[in-house]
Formats: sequence, structure tokens, C-alpha cells
Amino acid sequence: MEHSPPPFFKRGPAPVVRLAFFASLSLALLVLDARFHYTEGLRRVLAIAAYPLQLAATAPLVLGARVGDYFASQSTLRADNAELRARLLAASLDAQRYQAAEAETERLRRLIGAAEHLDRPTIPAEIVYAGRDPYSLKVILDKGTQQGIVAGDAVVDDTGVIGQVTRAYPLTSEVTLITNKDHATPVQVLRSGLRVIAFGGGSSGLLELRYVAPDAEIGSGDVLVTSGIDGTYPPGLPVAKVARVERDAAHAFARVLCEPTAGVNRGRYVLVLGAGRKLPPYPETQPKPSERPHGKPRRPAPRNGTR
Amino acid sequence: MNPDRPQRILQPVRVRTIAGSFALALLLDFMPWPDLRLVPEFVALVLTFWCVRQPRLVGLGVGWTLGLLIDAGNGVLLGQHALAYSLLAFLAISLSRRILWFGLLQQALHVAALLLFSQGVTVVVRLAAGAELPGWQVLVGPLIGAALWPVVSYLLLIPQRRPVEPQEPRAL
Repeated sequence: MEHSPPPFFKRGPAPVVRLAFFASLSLALLVLDARFHYTEGLRRVLAIAAYPLQLAATAPLVLGARVGDYFASQSTLRADNAELRARLLAASLDAQRYQAAEAETERLRRLIGAAEHLDRPTIPAEIVYAGRDPYSLKVILDKGTQQGIVAGDAVVDDTGVIGQVTRAYPLTSEVTLITNKDHATPVQVLRSGLRVIAFGGGSSGLLELRYVAPDAEIGSGDVLVTSGIDGTYPPGLPVAKVARVERDAAHAFARVLCEPTAGVNRGRYVLVLGAGRKLPPYPETQPKPSERPHGKPRRPAPRNGTR
Repeated sequence: MNPDRPQRILQPVRVRTIAGSFALALLLDFMPWPDLRLVPEFVALVLTFWCVRQPRLVGLGVGWTLGLLIDAGNGVLLGQHALAYSLLAFLAISLSRRILWFGLLQQALHVAALLLFSQGVTVVVRLAAGAELPGWQVLVGPLIGAALWPVVSYLLLIPQRRPVEPQEPRAL
């Protein structure tokens, strides 16, 4: 038996004991977050604590941009004005055509007795902050549940779909980009109407279509739009353009790579589309093989589930 | 603390200084940098500094809390930076006597190893959660952080330096 003399100074538990305590606490949190998603409440509280710091960190940039705007030269403004006017003309032409088309669609839909689509509420928001983790491909918006954003809302910019709100905090919300490795977007080939699912390609910035038959009618240059089947994205929003199709006899499926049309990694201003029509709940049978390729148990809540 | 060189006697540290430096580091960490891989983790750097200088005041609890805050602010898996920073704080505290023995440049080498280790922990956690293998760029941030060590040491010790008062000759 060895006895160490009592310490002269009270210093609390030994560092190794403390390390074991905090390390096991972190590991428990990691497991709870990754496997069971029990930590959303804690995350919300911490996000509120971090929000003023995030705001303060981005404030100098915003101020700089404002000052830069103020001193924008006359010629730039004039050129901008002219360009915007030209664009407005084109857009109003499009809008008129769109209205006519919509009225016509409405008539046709009433004829076939389909449910009328309701217009979704839209919330303009600004990307304040790209996640520090360069591999997570998520961004933080400056609007949250206070402004009516809920998890599952679709996020678009002026050229197409950017992603989906995966976590809504009171003052901010987190958007998972469509290029995220774990994000799946149900899309449709505009030309042929073929329904496929686009998965994010990670840091390559591309999208990949999986489970496309080798003889499917798809070619490079085809435009992909949202099919609207999942209820998250409204139908008809441009998502990507097919860049390359590789048909290899050795594989059961063709490999299709697409480039997103929206400025997924550019731009600051986005539009959040509020909840659309309510779909009937998904019948509780087997999981759809195309949505759960690995058969891993995932969170049931947002159907084209993202993490 | 090298016996060959003269050492300044520092004033006792104020808790306000420590809290302020951590707030500033968090602010720098939350800034929207263009390429985040090349930016050092300022919180890790400041945490290492205080763990080395004041192991009685700043330790694993502080590191763990800051890591949790960073995790939530970045929207990543909760607990990865908490784990990395508590390990970092533990190593920094155990090595604090050794590190302070060296000059600033050799100290920076020790810090480089510590920061690389902490970055490695987050990368391993991310890989375990199913992320892709990151490129070599993840090594750049910790190395830049270590290169900033002399600057950080100088800046954070300013409040503790005694003002130099020339002693006036006293008339007898």
C-alpha cells in the first residue's frame, strides 16, 4: 500500500480525471447529436449565445459594403440603371407571359379537377455567415423562426434552388446547400419529364444523379427542375444542368454529373419559400429504396432528409 | 524562464483580460473569411496561451465550453470542438512548465504540434461521422496559428507589463 501525502494546496480533481470527464461528456454529446438528434434544444440555446458575436463579426464587412455603396461612382450607377431598366423590360414581358400561362393552367387544372396550388409566402433573407467547417456546405441566414422560417423551407436565389432550411433558430437559420453530400433533391428532366433524384457531390460543387438507367433519355445540356413530389420544393424551379453522362456497360446505372444553376457558393441574398401545400403523410411501409440507399436509419421528419 | 536571459516580472493577470481576449478570438473565428481552411483557429490559439500562462485559472472547463460555443455557432456536429479543445487544454497545461522554458520560436514549435493535434481530433471526428477526407489545406491553418504565437504572446501580455518607472535619485 502506497500513500501519497495530502496536497498542500487544494486544486480540485487531477487533470487526467478532468480530461476523462470532459472527453466523455464530448463523446456522449457527439453520439447523441449524430445518432439520435437529442441535442436540438441545447444547440438552440448555444446559437442564441453565439448570435451577437456572429453579428458583431460580420458588422465591419456590412459597414464597409455600405460605405462602398455610398461612394459608388456616378457612371457605375448610370450603367446599373440602364441595365436594370433593360432587365425590367424583359422581366415584365416574361411576367405578362407568365400570367397568361398561369391563367391558362388554372383553367386547365380546374377542368381536370386538380387541387389548386397555393402561393407560398416568401421571406427575403441574407447569408450572414458561411459555416467554418468547409466540408459541411451549410450557410447561416439572418432570419429565423421569429420571421416565420421553419425547418424544411426551400431556399432559392434568382437563378434557381440553393438548398433547404435544416435548422431554424429564433434569430437565424441554417441552410444545407444542394451540393451537400447528404442532401437529396427530387428533380425532373425538363425535356423528357424523367424523374430522378439529385444528390450533392460534396466539395466538388457538382450534383450527381443516381439510379439512372443506362438507356434513360438524358443528355448533357438537359435542364433539371424540381419535380415538386416531396412537397418541400415547389415544382418547376431550375436546379441544375447536366454536364456529363457516362454510360458504362460494367455498371447497372449511368453516371450523370450536373452543375447547379443557382449561385450555390456565390451571392448573398436569397429567398426562403414558406411551407407549401400539405401532403398526405407518407404511407408507413418499406422505406423507398431510392431515398435510403444505404438503409441507414435516418431522422423521419424532413422527407428528403438532410443532416 | 530561461535563466540565461533577464525576465520581466509581470503583474498578476486580471480575469477581465482573459475574458476579453476570448471574446475577441471568438469574434475573429466567426468572421466570414474567404477560405476558412487557411485561417487559424484563434480560440484554440488563445486557449493554448492562457493554459500555458495561467494553468490554475484557465483549463479544461473553459476549453470545453468555448468548443461547444464554436460547434453551435458553426452548425457542425455538437461536441467535436469541445473534445478537441479539452484535449488541447489538457496537453497545454501538462506542457506549460516545459513550454515556458524555451524562447518564443521554440515555443511556437510546441504550439504548432498542439494545434495540429487539436485539428487532427476534429478531422477524425468528422471522418467518423462520414465526412470526406479533407485536403492538405487543413494543415495550413494550425501552422499559421503557430506562426502567430509570438505576436499573440506579446499582445496578450501587454496588460500585465509594469510601466517602467525610472527611479528618481532620492535626496538624502
